[in-house]
Amino acid sequence: MQPPMLEMRNITKRFPGVVANEGVDLTVLPGQVHTLLGENGAGKSTLVKILYGLYQPDEGNISFDGSPINIDSPATAIGIGIGMIHQHFMLVDTLTVAENVALGLGKQLSLTNLKPIRQRIEEVSEEFGLRVNPDAYIWQMAVGERQRAEILKALYRNVRLLVLDEPTAVLTPPEVTDLFVTLKQLTADGRGLVFISHKLNEVMEISDEITVLRDGKVSGHTRPAECTRESLATLMVGRPVELTRTLEAQTPGTPKLEVHSLAVRGDRGKLAVEDVSLQVHAGEIVGIVGVSGNGQRELAEAIMGLREIESGEIAINSQQTSTPTPKQVRQMGLAYVPEERMKYGSIGDFTVAENLVLTDYNRPPYVRRGVLSLSAIEQRSKQLVDDYSIRTPNTQTLTRKLSGGNIQKVVLAREFSGDAEVLLVAQPTRGVDIGAAEYIHQQLLTQRKQGKAILLISEDLDEVMALSDRLVVMYEGAIMGQIPKQEATTEQIGLLMSGVS
Amino acid sequence: MSEFFTVAILTATLTSGIRQAVPYLLAALGEAVSQRAGVLNLGVEGVMLIGAFSAYYATLETKSAAIGLLMGLLAGMFMGLIYAFITVVMHAEQGISGIGIYLFGLGFTDLLFQKQVGTPRPIQGLKTKPMNWLAEDTGRVGELLFSHTILTYVAFLLVPAVYWLVTRTTFGLNVRAVGENPHAADTLGVSVNGVRAAAIVFGNTMAGLAGAVLVLDIVQNFQQNLTAGRGFIAIALVYFGAWRPLRVMAGALLFGIVSSTVLTLQALDVISGSVTSIANMAPAVLTVIVLVVVSRRIGQPAALTKPFTRDA
Repeated sequence: MQPPMLEMRNITKRFPGVVANEGVDLTVLPGQVHTLLGENGAGKSTLVKILYGLYQPDEGNISFDGSPINIDSPATAIGIGIGMIHQHFMLVDTLTVAENVALGLGKQLSLTNLKPIRQRIEEVSEEFGLRVNPDAYIWQMAVGERQRAEILKALYRNVRLLVLDEPTAVLTPPEVTDLFVTLKQLTADGRGLVFISHKLNEVMEISDEITVLRDGKVSGHTRPAECTRESLATLMVGRPVELTRTLEAQTPGTPKLEVHSLAVRGDRGKLAVEDVSLQVHAGEIVGIVGVSGNGQRELAEAIMGLREIESGEIAINSQQTSTPTPKQVRQMGLAYVPEERMKYGSIGDFTVAENLVLTDYNRPPYVRRGVLSLSAIEQRSKQLVDDYSIRTPNTQTLTRKLSGGNIQKVVLAREFSGDAEVLLVAQPTRGVDIGAAEYIHQQLLTQRKQGKAILLISEDLDEVMALSDRLVVMYEGAIMGQIPKQEATTEQIGLLMSGVS
Repeated sequence: MSEFFTVAILTATLTSGIRQAVPYLLAALGEAVSQRAGVLNLGVEGVMLIGAFSAYYATLETKSAAIGLLMGLLAGMFMGLIYAFITVVMHAEQGISGIGIYLFGLGFTDLLFQKQVGTPRPIQGLKTKPMNWLAEDTGRVGELLFSHTILTYVAFLLVPAVYWLVTRTTFGLNVRAVGENPHAADTLGVSVNGVRAAAIVFGNTMAGLAGAVLVLDIVQNFQQNLTAGRGFIAIALVYFGAWRPLRVMAGALLFGIVSSTVLTLQALDVISGSVTSIANMAPAVLTVIVLVVVSRRIGQPAALTKPFTRDA
């Protein structure tokens, strides 16, 4: 057995009010993929930020190549050969790939000579099959390319231990396959990898070792051969979790949401949605899949009346319009769970009760002659907190103090409890832990059973595959295909998501 | 009005316009670098006043414009250190801190002026005209291009120098990176706060220099609120110039020529009385128009005005 490359022992890190890591151990051998698995807030990111010198641990020690080291800054980490691919890419959009690579190299007043850097980038990208144009600006690049640029940045610095913080979250299935090929190549060269993910399928596929974190502590250490997805989920959540979703057979009813040849412009004035037509029937979940930024957000905003429709129209409950406003579509019977719950779905500095009546506060019994009826609001919100098992000290707690999953439940409770017959649901479980995701999925299935028409937009392919009756794949604003659930395969969807039809 | 359109007067107006453009240009170039690093300094006007007074007082006392120039520069640099401490170390809100610097500069220079000088006394500015030998037998073109004092040439040479600094040096790359995505720069071992502090000190030094040039090359005197809004216009020029040195220079020339045109028209008595007051508003009105026209802010550094902390 080879000596470990990295040993983190008994790492403890406290933030005001939270212990982010408590006595965590992590050992990585050369040539090994060591996965850190855990819910949001379990302490994975904190641990790797300590490893990369972005945070200092309160207790514990780190040795690299057998000798103890104090990693006091990213510069130190880079110096000993540790690299990191951050979840939110650490690239400067207005610089080229070569300039991004050059950043942090060289003396302050020296000239930036990009020529050798370009050359080296080409060598490294050749060696590892990472196709990147060194002179392309980051803002021009697709997400997959940006990630390759990030990896190049680390490889350029002769990284020996590479940390990847949720690298697959933004990739299409074919891109994930490519990434895994690259990762295998890196470990074959004797590099060590720390891989962070909460996608159980991937974790089982790529890992040599798995360390599971829960509430800042190590809740288990295992290997793919010795565990199952279910046992990993249990380690993550602390109780058994149902991972499979069952769609009960039911016949869809009449069309409730219809979109006809819709075209919508994006933030930069280009067409973000082009000639999109679809129908959602009562008692049906239609799932829209696609890599982020392929028009899904603009489509949802257009339906909701938040973005001007360029051409085409929508119909909710057979009432047509081409100039919807949020108020109007809500009156027609649409409810909306927006993708960013903190930005568009709720007001963090409002109480849970206030957020729960945000769509009803201007209607009796919650308001009488312009004065809010606090007792009616309280009664209603208590009911919803119970019905949707929202974990909050009370209804007067500020919403931003809840966990992501519970804030999402607040949004869901408000939107699902009304009499809307059409539900437009975007990214319902993004950043939500497995336990809460299970609950949210059950709620969606319950709504389906009650005959609601649901348009589900998600970047999580597994989620859409599990919940939808029909899948609609979007690529560059257009529909690449509409496939009934029974006929859909991950491979086929993955290809459509990359624009291959 | 017709007298204005003679070759002699037009040339004189343009020549004066180039000279008037220099304080705008210096202050705006400095502010552009500071903003490229993500730091807005609304206090340019105050720093210009402090630079102007330092240059004026030092020249008055030592009779040496060179020492005056140096003092103006050092005063700007010192203000830069203070502003870097306030915004980079203490993470104070940049807009409000800048207004504080302006008010401090305005009040402090007036106080010192009243205490130390009292009534305005003219000084001998920097008279060196390095290219004048070329001006003599090249006619109007010569007058336009070669009759300026050394500081004007230095200011215009700083345009390519700043361009080169920002686009070709490691420091410039760091400046651009910390202005766009400081977290990315941080993860590569770049000292975000160090780079920002350096950019701030550079920007303020340029503002101090701008004030010194105003005193030594244009007014050759001092009075309360000598800069009369030039520092604020310089900030507007950064937006007008989309954070690029060459375009900033174009804006500075535009404003310089507008100022000198107003002065010429006054001297020719084309405009007088209350019309003069309205004409004096021309730079301010132009600023508003320019800002409305370029309101799209293409090229604005993404992290402008955002203090950097790792936990964000």
